[in-house]
Amino acid sequence: MKFSENWLRTWVNPDLSSAELGHLLTMAGLEVEEQTAVAPAFNNVVVAQVLEIVKHPNADRLNVCQVNVGEAQPLTIVCGASNVAVGIKVPCARIGAVLPGNFVIKQAKVRSIESFGMLCSDKELGLAEDSSGLWILPDDAPVGTSIREYLELDDQLFTLKLTPNRSDCSGMVGIAREVAALTGSQMMAQAIPEHSATIPDTLAVTVADAAACPLYCGRVIRGVNAAVPTPTWMVRRLERSGLRSINAVVDVTNYVMWEMGQPMHAFDLATLSGNIAVRRAHAGETLTLLNEQTVTLDAQTLVIADDARVLALAGIMGGQGSGVETTSQDLFLECAFFHPDAMAGQARRFGLATDSSFRFERGVDFAATSRAMERATQLILEICGGQVGEIRTVQGELPTRAPITLRPSRVKRVLGITLEAAQIADLFQRLQLAFTTESNATGELVFNVQPPSFRFDLSIEADLIEELARLYGYDNIPALPPHAALTILPQSESQRALASLQHTIVTRDYQEIVSYAFVDEAAERTLCGNANPVALQNPIASNLAVMRSSLLSGLVEALRFNLNRKQARVRLFEVGACFAHADTGYAQTQRLSGIAYGTVQPEQWGSAARNVDFYDVKADVEALFAPQSVRFVAATHPALHPGRCAQIYCGDRVIGIMGELHPQWQQEYGMPLAAVWFEVELGALSSQTVPSMTEIAKSLPVRRDLAVLVDDSVSVQALLDAMQQANAPFVQTLNLFDVYRGKGVEQGKKSLAFRVLLQDTQKTLTDLEIEPSIVLLVQAMQQHGAQLRM
Amino acid sequence: MHELQNILEQAQQQFAAMNDEAELEQAKAKYLGKEGSLTQLLKGLGKLSAEERPAAGARINQVKQGIEAALQQRRDALAQQKLAQKLAAESLDVTLPGRGLGMGGLHPVTRTLQRIEQLFHSLGFATANGPEIEHDFYNFTALNIPENHPARAMHDTFYIDPQHVLRTHTSPVQVHYMEENAPPLKIISPGRVYRVDSDATHSPMFHQVEGLWVDEDISFANLKGVVQDFLQRFFEQDDLQVRFRPSFFPFTEPSAEMDMSWKGGWLEIGGCGMVHPNVLKHVNIDSEKYLGFAFGLGVERLAMLRYGVNDLRLFYESDLRFLKQFN
Repeated sequence: MKFSENWLRTWVNPDLSSAELGHLLTMAGLEVEEQTAVAPAFNNVVVAQVLEIVKHPNADRLNVCQVNVGEAQPLTIVCGASNVAVGIKVPCARIGAVLPGNFVIKQAKVRSIESFGMLCSDKELGLAEDSSGLWILPDDAPVGTSIREYLELDDQLFTLKLTPNRSDCSGMVGIAREVAALTGSQMMAQAIPEHSATIPDTLAVTVADAAACPLYCGRVIRGVNAAVPTPTWMVRRLERSGLRSINAVVDVTNYVMWEMGQPMHAFDLATLSGNIAVRRAHAGETLTLLNEQTVTLDAQTLVIADDARVLALAGIMGGQGSGVETTSQDLFLECAFFHPDAMAGQARRFGLATDSSFRFERGVDFAATSRAMERATQLILEICGGQVGEIRTVQGELPTRAPITLRPSRVKRVLGITLEAAQIADLFQRLQLAFTTESNATGELVFNVQPPSFRFDLSIEADLIEELARLYGYDNIPALPPHAALTILPQSESQRALASLQHTIVTRDYQEIVSYAFVDEAAERTLCGNANPVALQNPIASNLAVMRSSLLSGLVEALRFNLNRKQARVRLFEVGACFAHADTGYAQTQRLSGIAYGTVQPEQWGSAARNVDFYDVKADVEALFAPQSVRFVAATHPALHPGRCAQIYCGDRVIGIMGELHPQWQQEYGMPLAAVWFEVELGALSSQTVPSMTEIAKSLPVRRDLAVLVDDSVSVQALLDAMQQANAPFVQTLNLFDVYRGKGVEQGKKSLAFRVLLQDTQKTLTDLEIEPSIVLLVQAMQQHGAQLRM
Repeated sequence: MHELQNILEQAQQQFAAMNDEAELEQAKAKYLGKEGSLTQLLKGLGKLSAEERPAAGARINQVKQGIEAALQQRRDALAQQKLAQKLAAESLDVTLPGRGLGMGGLHPVTRTLQRIEQLFHSLGFATANGPEIEHDFYNFTALNIPENHPARAMHDTFYIDPQHVLRTHTSPVQVHYMEENAPPLKIISPGRVYRVDSDATHSPMFHQVEGLWVDEDISFANLKGVVQDFLQRFFEQDDLQVRFRPSFFPFTEPSAEMDMSWKGGWLEIGGCGMVHPNVLKHVNIDSEKYLGFAFGLGVERLAMLRYGVNDLRLFYESDLRFLKQFN
């Protein structure tokens, strides 16, 4: 809501500076989004008339002008503008004037001729970005008058960021009412005459949907001259409200909307056939709107129609071919109340947002509808002339305003301050809220408040408490620490905090990133192998159209971004939700994922540089889970090298995946090296067991190393599993500590060395006692073709 | 007598001149070996009378002890020297850099979130989380924003399907939490939120922290107290000013915008208010008995102010040159 401060001050004129007024509104909840001066500071510029022009004797492009500035003697002014002409009225900066940019006008000789001022362009006065010469003023501009006064330049433009609850402030009357309440200043009383019919003409109006349109007023005005120019004062106020002047009649309807908050529409009576109906559209009806958009209507759309066609989207926008043009002579003026519930979302369905729909969606004062009609009539008659018919009103059930009870005790509980009854009464009076008081059942003096028709946001006690707080001033409510019973927050030790997982991965040299949760659909399908991504209906960009099912594409993007910036070693991680379709609704799983690229350690002295590989990253994953152990099972993934990819199991559930980026992707992304990626469910990482001590064995463990030869295709995990399942007595731990291929081991085989720790709780074991266990372990490995190496 | 003294002095001098363990042992033999001079003297004791023998023997032994002491002293000295040489040879350039992995780091938003959580945990706020694809009901309806309410247009919502949206704020977590927990309640809920908006100062995805305190005796004055306390602690500025301006959110009444004093002006940092009775009604909490306040803070805004970040987009570009600055 944009408006001119001067216009507001014609309604209410508190003793406040512009800045103070802006602050007052902002602190009352009518946030001033922007406040700018109409014109920059300058002075001593008056309306002047050029009386005579003589070529400058010493300069081709200069003229010596005699200029009337409203004094007995004209001034001699040298002027270089090409559009200077005898008789024109222009702004003239007099000697001593200070123009924008601190440009001081002095008496000066211009090529040996004294000049006593400067004729100005609008650019020189800071009122335009560009100009093509002198600013030529209307013929009726009063010579000698200060240009600031003449054009009312000492004015500020206010733009309010209105919240949806304050529709009452979408007109000057409402803002003025608010300012009066806040300051205690008197608001101007506006007398609007009721116009009796001077012609018998009316149009019959039927309202088919009275719930949507509980009040419709229509009036015929004949014999208007719509071609007359709109008065300057009105054009100025409209322009300063961000509205373009169109023609006198349309300007009046816009003016009334800005003044009273009541949208109106004027039809050219000559274009109407038959009577007016407010009804739902028939499916398939179309309407070309004033903005030249053609819309196809359906039974949800409320329209204004005549007997022949749809004329307007009710409360939103008029149609072409029925509006008022400068040639129009007879009007049908509409002023209605469309219910906010019926208007909600209507404009948006057609991609529209108009000044009218803005107001109707939020609520227009239904008690002022006919007043607005009379106000528009008054202005049209004043400006365009004409004869008025009677107002035809169709009224259904208007919104009711149930009284609200306010308990001062509740005010104290909600706000934390005590407001005395007298204070509350005073605040209500300032807000024009009618009330009565009574003692309630608990003996408390309570207020029964009648909300006014213009307030759509007052229906419960809390709403009134907000009004009291607003007027009392949020600033005046103290900031107090709460008093509450103290208890210690429960902290489950079997849950690992996210922060601790983040800490672990950070200590393993990964840098956290945050990437968008919406990703490129192609990447989602090909890189992540997601055939059915969760898509957005209204993505912000076509390459951000689906929700990620994995953090992979974000990490790859980030990796590439950094490689392109000459980073040679990049290790990134992200924690975030991943999305998929589920049987009911959507699965949303928090995951932790990381990618490592480049040397395993930062480039450093004393250790050979080696690129990160599968097992380095596997150790990172294991560190995250420690002391819990997870299993890795060979698998495939569209993004990963088929021979270097594993699913990660926790028990028998897959909770993650890891592997080396597929060489094809590596090539596609132009990466010289292979990246290694992992992704695990946060849920699987978050649980841990609370430690419970077991007795430390009194005996010492015995170590036996078992070296076996097996086929390359046999996985270490298979041998470990087999040995575990052998249930050999005394075996405490089984670890692989060496893998060897090469000299002494035939092609296609590998030598594996396991360390076995055996222990009895009571005594140190002898070779004889150990032997059966070792036999069991060896037999278990033999099932996989392993041969013991001696 | 004199001869004995000479032998001792000679041994002492000779030992002191030895710089090698082997030489020292050879020199020792010269005195204490089978043919050593002292051994010879001891052998010569037999030639003395029984009366003379004890005294002479004692004198010789005294000298022998003296020689052995000198020998041991030199042995120790040589061992010390050897150790010192070894240590000197082993000394390192301690200024060479340490080896191994480097350290990664947290994203500045995470760092900020952790700080926010720690501060609120100290006041007894628990952390609650909720889904990012949210049912329309929780994102809007349960928060007193009915369908087609103009307030929905304030949100620039991403839709997944007609019933599901990407949550536009963290406020739906309030509703989930109140459905499952009875008052008194004190939570914060940090997380990602989404709005269809992207320019220099808006990101389609950003982070909020929602706060909720429901109890029998919680007022707007307390809301001001808690928020002001938090911001002063977060920025470590005891004189930081917080301004509350009337505003409108369908799920709070009264509602306020929170502004913070910053470099001579005011900066908007979030919205707040007293939980609207309709919201409490939705979750079957008696609004006559219980009152509550709720607030929502923009995490990126706090991070930008705290760490001097001048462009919102830097948070999502994953540029290591930016991210490493927060380690």
